[in-house]
Amino acid sequence: MDLSIMQQAIPQFVKAFELTLWLSFVGILGALLVGVCCSLLQYFKVPFLGKVASVYVELFRNTPLLIQLFFLYYAFPVIGIKLPAQVCGIIGLAFLGGSYMAEGFTGGFNGVSQSQLDAGKAIGLNKFQLARYVVFPQGFTLSVPALAANVIFLIKETSIFSVIAIPELTNTALDLVGLYYRSNEYLFMLVLAYAIILIPLSIILTILERKVRYGSFGN
Amino acid sequence: MPEQILKIDKLNKYYGQHQVLYDISFEIQKGEVVALLGPSGSGKSTLIRCLNGLEQFQSGFLFFGGKQITPQEKNWPQLRQKIGMVFQSYDLFPNLSVLDNILLGPLKVQKRQRAEATAEALKLLQRVGLEKYAEVYPRQLSGGQKQRVAIVRALALHPELMLFDEVTASLDPEMVRGILEIIRELSERDNMTMIIVTHEMNFAAQIADRILFLEEGRILEQTPGKEFFQHAKTQRAREFLESMTF
Ligand SMILES: Nc1ncnc2c1ncn2[C@@H]1O[C@H](COP(=O)(O)OP(=O)(O)OP(=O)(O)O)[C@@H](O)[C@H]1O
Ligand SMILES: [Mg+2]
Repeated sequence: MDLSIMQQAIPQFVKAFELTLWLSFVGILGALLVGVCCSLLQYFKVPFLGKVASVYVELFRNTPLLIQLFFLYYAFPVIGIKLPAQVCGIIGLAFLGGSYMAEGFTGGFNGVSQSQLDAGKAIGLNKFQLARYVVFPQGFTLSVPALAANVIFLIKETSIFSVIAIPELTNTALDLVGLYYRSNEYLFMLVLAYAIILIPLSIILTILERKVRYGSFGN
Repeated sequence: MPEQILKIDKLNKYYGQHQVLYDISFEIQKGEVVALLGPSGSGKSTLIRCLNGLEQFQSGFLFFGGKQITPQEKNWPQLRQKIGMVFQSYDLFPNLSVLDNILLGPLKVQKRQRAEATAEALKLLQRVGLEKYAEVYPRQLSGGQKQRVAIVRALALHPELMLFDEVTASLDPEMVRGILEIIRELSERDNMTMIIVTHEMNFAAQIADRILFLEEGRILEQTPGKEFFQHAKTQRAREFLESMTF
């Protein structure tokens, strides 16, 4: 491996690194928002909208991000909706992630034990109070591991943005490989860049998981 | 003239096709203590859970304070304030401190003033010897302490009827006595109306005005407390008592 080649590519990688972080951040924020909304619609069995949320979750969880991006980027302009590539990427990530996040929240809510629900009802809590004071706080804690796994997963999924020419990490690396025919160096930098994001993040998330677990549970 | 608190008439309950309660009828007057006894699986829990709407029944009538309650009653949240329930597994909310566990009902359900409700909660905690534990979380408490908090949580709503479902069954033997003392005091000092499911025969014998003996979903006999333990009417009840004493 040639260190000077790698050194020269650093500015480009830094830019791509920042873009990847930014797109991930916004996309994941969107995913959490979409996920919370869908799982609330499902939890309260809101007429019609609850069903829509369920169909959406199934549909998006079971189609690859690649296909969703193609739709947004290549098919939508046909019907007159033309969005910049980065916007497509964020929307794609938010809705793919939304379906996973919804599952994560719902799994947590469902994990709250029947005896806790009974105890809440027994003191006269109505449906909304039960949700607000018993199911959501406990269910959220239970869903943290799933949400954390989704965050990691979604960041990795941003590599697929390269197919719609967003200059994030993977796209940048592949471009450089194509331009200069030096795959070892650039791919090594690519792996390194992802590791710099993901390893600390996954350590932080593990600590967070432990915090919330000991924070509220363990009778 | 005794005041009737609760009455059920020919209550039938199924889980799917499986019938677990058959034509249950009884009533309970203000201040009365009824112990619900019977072998495991006879339907004791199911029965008291029907009384505060945690289980639905398929036919029969339930009256609370003279008013008929339908099984799908929309007003259950309202009614449950008047029917306190304590469970075998305590079921404190692990995400809330002891005090917040107790205050949830009074503040959110009954919309009472925080200062007043807190003062009362602390007094109740003091009564069960836990005044120092208000800010502690449930996981830091022993089983017996948790159960005392659970009793206080139910009492904080000023119920007219208390349901106890084997509240000492999960406790270490040395914790049991304290809980039973609290329940007895509720009856003697506060004249609380109570339905108690228990396997503590000595306790039932001391505290219960009346025993309902349940087997396979049927009330086999309703007998005044003392009399039940001296000479139960049915052969099955006598056998049951025999099996419970060592
Ligand atoms: N959720 C349920 N679904 C189906 N069957 C149930 C359910 N809960 C209880 N049963 C059945 O109903 C019957 C009565 O159960 P229940 O728990 O009321 O008995 P119990 O008298 O409280 O017993 P124990 O002394 O063991 O607590 C049993 O045959 C039980 O298997
Ligand atoms: Mg039971």
